[in-house]
Amino acid sequence: MDRTQLLLALAVSLFSLGFVGVMVRRNALVLLMCMELMLNGVILSLVTFASRSATLDGAVLVFLVFVVAAAEIAIAIPIVLLLARQRRTLDVGAWSELKG
Amino acid sequence: MSGTDLLLWFFAAASLAGGVLMLVARHPMRVALALIGSMISLAGIYAILGVHVIAVFQVLIYVGAVMVFMVYVIMLLDVRDPSFLQRYGRAVVPAVALAALLAGALGAAAGGGHTVTATELDALQPGRTPASFGVDAFSVSFLERYWLHFEVTTVLLLAAVVAAIAVVRTGRRRDG
Repeated sequence: MDRTQLLLALAVSLFSLGFVGVMVRRNALVLLMCMELMLNGVILSLVTFASRSATLDGAVLVFLVFVVAAAEIAIAIPIVLLLARQRRTLDVGAWSELKG
Repeated sequence: MSGTDLLLWFFAAASLAGGVLMLVARHPMRVALALIGSMISLAGIYAILGVHVIAVFQVLIYVGAVMVFMVYVIMLLDVRDPSFLQRYGRAVVPAVALAALLAGALGAAAGGGHTVTATELDALQPGRTPASFGVDAFSVSFLERYWLHFEVTTVLLLAAVVAAIAVVRTGRRRDG
């Protein structure tokens, strides 16, 4: 198993683990963290391809993705805090009427 | 198997273990610590690949900014929340089945495809110089070719700050 295959397999596993977490866990903050794990898996595959083809464009793109992820979390956490303050719980089941 | 390969396997196993721990841990603080361990192992992998800039930014931005923010928020919250005691929702079995299907499809696509190597890319583009991922090469490429993207991200960050303040203010108005 060469290096690229190992890293791609790791990226797929991290993405799937995060996916299971988003589907299964109840706590809204844990959901956010599992989404970060999925994003980390995708970034790992991006870095693997960039380093294999020796192009700097991939590295720059990864940096921009980092910045966007930081902005995303800066918005997502206040929203989660507001939701928690309204229903007095972090359980996403408290918001099940959103499914219509 | 050389020493670097051993380190690579070690970091891969550590990040995978962090991901599994995230699914089993009950308290969000433990989930956050598992995620931090996973991210630091990924930074080690990036350092082994030679992409040092990304390894540093992984630690600085992800562990230093995003996860510290997350840990603060977890400490603000009530520990007796029902979602802390009951970990899983009802859809465990279909979720795991769906994720296994997804992993199989992604793995088949990744394993079946052919990833372009640097030598092949050199043959395709004769004038190309293979990049080194040092700080100097990264910064030159970043500020010469991608300065516009850099400026756009600053606008994005400003918009994020304004939006976060707006969200908090509307929530406060509704409460009081």
